[in-house]
Amino acid sequence: MSKNLIVLIFVLQIILMKNFLFTSIGKKFAMALSAIFLMIFLLQHFLINITSVFSESLFNWLSHFMGTNPLVQFILQPVLIAGVIFHFIMGFFLEIQNRRATKYEYHKDRGGANSTWMSRNMIWSGLVILSFLVLHFIDFWIPEMNHKYVEFLPDDPNRYHHELVEKFQDPYKVVFYCVSFVLLSLHLLHGFSSSLKSMGTNKSYASSVKNVSYAYSIGIPLGFCFIAIFHHFSH
Amino acid sequence: MKLKLKIWRQKNADTNGGIVNYDIDNISPDMSFLEMLDVLNADLISKDEEPVSFDHDCREGICGSCSLFINGQAHGPDRRITTCQLHMRKFKDGDTIYIEPFRAKAFPVIKDLVVDRSAFDRIQQSGGYISVNTSGNTQDANSIPINKDDADTAFDAATCIGCGACVATCKNSSAMLFVGAKVSQYSLLPQGKTEASRRVMNMVNQMDLEGFGNCSNTGACEVECPKGISLDNIARMNRELMKASVKK
Repeated sequence: MSKNLIVLIFVLQIILMKNFLFTSIGKKFAMALSAIFLMIFLLQHFLINITSVFSESLFNWLSHFMGTNPLVQFILQPVLIAGVIFHFIMGFFLEIQNRRATKYEYHKDRGGANSTWMSRNMIWSGLVILSFLVLHFIDFWIPEMNHKYVEFLPDDPNRYHHELVEKFQDPYKVVFYCVSFVLLSLHLLHGFSSSLKSMGTNKSYASSVKNVSYAYSIGIPLGFCFIAIFHHFSH
Repeated sequence: MKLKLKIWRQKNADTNGGIVNYDIDNISPDMSFLEMLDVLNADLISKDEEPVSFDHDCREGICGSCSLFINGQAHGPDRRITTCQLHMRKFKDGDTIYIEPFRAKAFPVIKDLVVDRSAFDRIQQSGGYISVNTSGNTQDANSIPINKDDADTAFDAATCIGCGACVATCKNSSAMLFVGAKVSQYSLLPQGKTEASRRVMNMVNQMDLEGFGNCSNTGACEVECPKGISLDNIARMNRELMKASVKK
């Protein structure tokens, strides 16, 4: 417990240090920190969504809890939105800064000979994920906010599963979701280990990081694809 | 061997350059890449044309002077070698070879294939050293016990020759492998620990001032580095900077 507290104080101290955060390494650290935060959220989101496949009541209960708990709604949700916005803005900012540093293009550049496609195209996979998030917000988040805080419709703890299934009846939407999850997987295949390296992970953890990175980056997006396809065909 | 060369020619830093085609014949597979360019230059001089300018010095893979982005790769298609160690046997008769200077905003072209890599010197001057008392009372380094693993890792980092291939191959023109190697080389040894905080902060600040990009951990620099400097040095530099920032 005391060790965790020391780590937390250490991290907070770093966050509060302007001198560090304005260096190129500090910016990467901030980007990595937001990425890790989003990956924890994604795992939590998946664990709740996968319950919709095997238990309608459990999914409804969890969704109702998340949708009505004041801590989640008024503290965690704004922090999450801020994290998402920060990650995208910082991603674009770093991309622009890096392009300025590069300035000239080679006539012949064999990038594939020394690095993966994912690592060289994080901005493009990120843009697809951003467009997916816009659709996802239009699909789920905005109607939810409208239901609760605009129209003040009566609270129905059993509506969540039905609403989820309904959204996945459109085959084009399922295809777009699945394509986005493939891009998310590619983004994570580089982003997971890259974020830990940016935070200075010791090389003795490299093998474990690689294994967890593969399991997470392939498993979670594949799981989300499965949920979308399952609800499309089973109802 | 008969080859078609596509070489970047640029009169000086203030003019725009472009790719110029050259046909070259009678190249032995046993020649080094720089010897092939010597043959081309001898031919150009005999025709009263301007020879191609390129950096070179020791031609033994130690000095870090030679550069060149050959067929889309820093130091050419082979691994763990500099351009001067690249041999023509790596190419086939009739091949087309693109030869370009190392590209980065912080490495402006001086002429043809010669780039100004003095940004690396300024980074080194900002902290890439250990201050010692040279009055005659300096402690013998061999009398200081050093953990074997740390000594080996520091030595690996010290093999960096500062050629700039890491910057040239990085899609972001990041110099973090170079700076990471220099920071690691000293921070791992007891002699370098005293100035570790000041060193890493000054070197990173100078690196940012020079206009190098951010590292996005693609790993291309590690693959193309002629001395095999590991990406772990960047992670170590990140940790050193965090520690230094906390201490400040």
